[in-house]
Amino acid sequence: MILFLEQLLNGLQFGVMLFLLAAGLTLIFGIMGVINLAHGSLYMIGAYAGTWVAAETGSFWLGIPAALAAAALTGFAIEALVIRRLYARDHLDQVLATFGLILIFNQGITLIFGRQPLFTKLPAAFDGSVEILPGLPYPTYRLLIIAAGLLVALGLYLLINRTRVGMLVRAGATNREMVRALGVDIRLLYTAVFGLGALLAGLAGIMAAPILAVQVGMGEQILLATFVVVVIGGVGSIRGAFVAGLLLGVADTLLRAFLPGLLRQLMTGPEADALGIGIASIGIYLLMVIVLLVRPKGLFAVGS
Amino acid sequence: MMRRSHVFAALGLIVLILMPMLTDAIGQASLLSLVTRALIYGIAAASLNLVLGYGGMVSFGHAAFFGIGGYVVGILFQNFSDETLFLGLFPGTNQMLITVPLAMLVAGVLAAMIGALALRTGGVQFIMITMAFAQMLFFLFVSLKVYGGEDGIIIRKVNELPLLNMKDKATLYWVVLAVTVAFFLGLRQVINSSFGAVLAGIRQNERRMAALGIPVFRYKLYAFVLSGMGAGLAGAMMANAMRFASPDMLHWMKSGELMIMVILGGVGTLLGPFFGAGALLVLESTLSSWTEHWQLALGLILLVLVLGTKGGLMALIGKVWARK
Amino acid sequence: MTAVLAIKGLRKRFGGLTATDGVTLEVRANEIHALIGPNGAGKSTLINQLCGELTPDEGVIRLMGQDVTHASVPARVALGLGRTFQITSLLEDMTVLQNVGMALQARAGGNFRIWDRVAQRRKIWEAAAQIIADGQLQGRETALVADLSHGEKKQLELLMAMALQPVVMLLDEPMAGLGHLESQTMIGQLRSLREKTAILLVEHDMEAVFALADRISVLVYGRIIAQGSVDDIRNNPAVRDAYLGAEDELC
Repeated sequence: MILFLEQLLNGLQFGVMLFLLAAGLTLIFGIMGVINLAHGSLYMIGAYAGTWVAAETGSFWLGIPAALAAAALTGFAIEALVIRRLYARDHLDQVLATFGLILIFNQGITLIFGRQPLFTKLPAAFDGSVEILPGLPYPTYRLLIIAAGLLVALGLYLLINRTRVGMLVRAGATNREMVRALGVDIRLLYTAVFGLGALLAGLAGIMAAPILAVQVGMGEQILLATFVVVVIGGVGSIRGAFVAGLLLGVADTLLRAFLPGLLRQLMTGPEADALGIGIASIGIYLLMVIVLLVRPKGLFAVGS
Repeated sequence: MMRRSHVFAALGLIVLILMPMLTDAIGQASLLSLVTRALIYGIAAASLNLVLGYGGMVSFGHAAFFGIGGYVVGILFQNFSDETLFLGLFPGTNQMLITVPLAMLVAGVLAAMIGALALRTGGVQFIMITMAFAQMLFFLFVSLKVYGGEDGIIIRKVNELPLLNMKDKATLYWVVLAVTVAFFLGLRQVINSSFGAVLAGIRQNERRMAALGIPVFRYKLYAFVLSGMGAGLAGAMMANAMRFASPDMLHWMKSGELMIMVILGGVGTLLGPFFGAGALLVLESTLSSWTEHWQLALGLILLVLVLGTKGGLMALIGKVWARK
Repeated sequence: MTAVLAIKGLRKRFGGLTATDGVTLEVRANEIHALIGPNGAGKSTLINQLCGELTPDEGVIRLMGQDVTHASVPARVALGLGRTFQITSLLEDMTVLQNVGMALQARAGGNFRIWDRVAQRRKIWEAAAQIIADGQLQGRETALVADLSHGEKKQLELLMAMALQPVVMLLDEPMAGLGHLESQTMIGQLRSLREKTAILLVEHDMEAVFALADRISVLVYGRIIAQGSVDDIRNNPAVRDAYLGAEDELC
């Protein structure tokens, strides 16, 4: 039971990470109609920039603004140079161009930082654990991630539902033409949304840095899961990204934690482990297929 | 115009037939392997193009069919060399006349199952759901230790064909070339058939085709199955050419690569995907011989290509052609 | 006379809005039945339910006596239902001949064949050429649809629908966007179609409706408020109030 609760919290932590990435992606997707495969690269850039600054200055906290700034600046740059030219194109061109961006960023990072993964220490105040329930100590840093993720979710909720910009964003996700017709500077809105998405990706990157190896390819690993979250949640829906993010984070973590053990009771050790992990990896994709077959536009479809 | 294009086609075919002698003459044996792979990828990309370019279905999961084709050859070989039965039922084989058609059949059945579910969605959801199915298959094979897990299956000896010495690289190349030419002619036949016309109509306007009484779903599924079989054929040939079947063949990056070949060559053109496959492989091998950061250059080239041109290499060739 | 298309108690809700509110009407053989109503009355929703793109919440649609309420679009076409689109919906990258040919090809069947050559299905292409030569688009066979004028596209819509030889046709605003002369031509054509097919005509152009219709149904807020001959409708005070009130003259 304790183990289960611990894994549940791990799932929650993975879930909020997925949400941070999916929130930006779903808005970019829903409002601009652009499939941005390079979203994972922004996450990677955030992680690298943050880790590097943290290592140079010796302070993890200084790494955070560095990660945000690096991701946001890169975001603005690719929006202005590449994405802006893709708005009117079909999905095929978008996939190809942003695939090209992935290659460029991955090799660029390799050129600068080499192939060795970077590691960063946990900030001193958060390197211990607290006993959240009797017999269940849990790392404070992971709790911090969960708290930060939930805070961002709340902030986004307020931004989207309580402000004029949020109103435009909602309108844009429902009906692009309408926002254009309202006489809003659509280009500015697009840039702002893209920048926000990049910022969130960078935040996810630096927060993940101390608990993961910061390495080239980390973006693609999480990118697919993020896309799955976006599609399950319904393209353009922040609420959908939140629900689907947590759902997937928990489901994926629990499957990975417990499936090999269950299979071990049926077959021999190493084969059970391999098969268990394999099937656990299949879990999120299977979930998406099931959701799409029941609701072809996702759980919280916007617009239609 | 017609006659000139026929002359060019004949010249191209002659060069391809003489390729083993040419590569021998310049002492670049590895070049022959490159051309072999380019032809096979051409088959895979052209298959994808049938649904993507002619049918308007953006499948991001064609690696599934490519990979399963490779695994059919690999598994049959493993059962053959271990003298075991597949699932305790069927013996393995190393006869290409059995393995390749079987690979196409299995890929076709898989495409029918995936297509039947995936084609209920559209747009972005279709892209993602096809990707999801391919990823599931990828993880399945990664976790199957019987078939080498992450390492895949090594096929120590290439499949046999009656009367031919398949161990000879040139012979294998000619077999691949013959298969490619046959595939190309078959594909051209499909495009020009009654079915091909309906498929083109569906790409342009699904709603209109339904209003003409065409049950659109069935036609799309049919195209998806044909396309899957083509990719399965390519996978089976690739497993033979590389003597290797691994989860890499099923990975989503492989689906992306096939897509790049199609777009590079020209979406919805007959020859385009073959040019695209050749161009990408040549680009990769040339760039990687210059610098270890060749992916950076490839990424830039992709960007310039998408932002700068529309219609890929075939459009470029068409422009040059028209200027003459 | 028998009803080729019969609708009974059709209802369709979108959230709180009832777009189709218990509609009952019949289209008889060789009749032009006009459906009129102000914007937002639910005409398009009704058409979409009839052709099978929307499924009604309640009610029954019968085509040639068969219940087709839940049948697919192609299944209804097979039973003899034809349609034109309000916003023209054609195969834009193909020529006029290819568009009409596609309609004939769909009707002829055998389209799962991958070993034939569509270019060699002579009967189809000869028939398509004949249909075009007999119509308003003669001489435009090889023009790309994307290059056609609005009026020409409307003509092509009609040709393609008629190429299927439907028993009953749904015409969704065939006059929309046509100039005066083009409208006159279209009215003449539709009148001559009555010999071949029954028509449910959705139209805003009152001149055309009064010139063509055998019977008229008036749809307001998803409900049929009046049904009858041209004269009945012209003189119906409820119709005047609900729909024609703003207009002083009817013609």
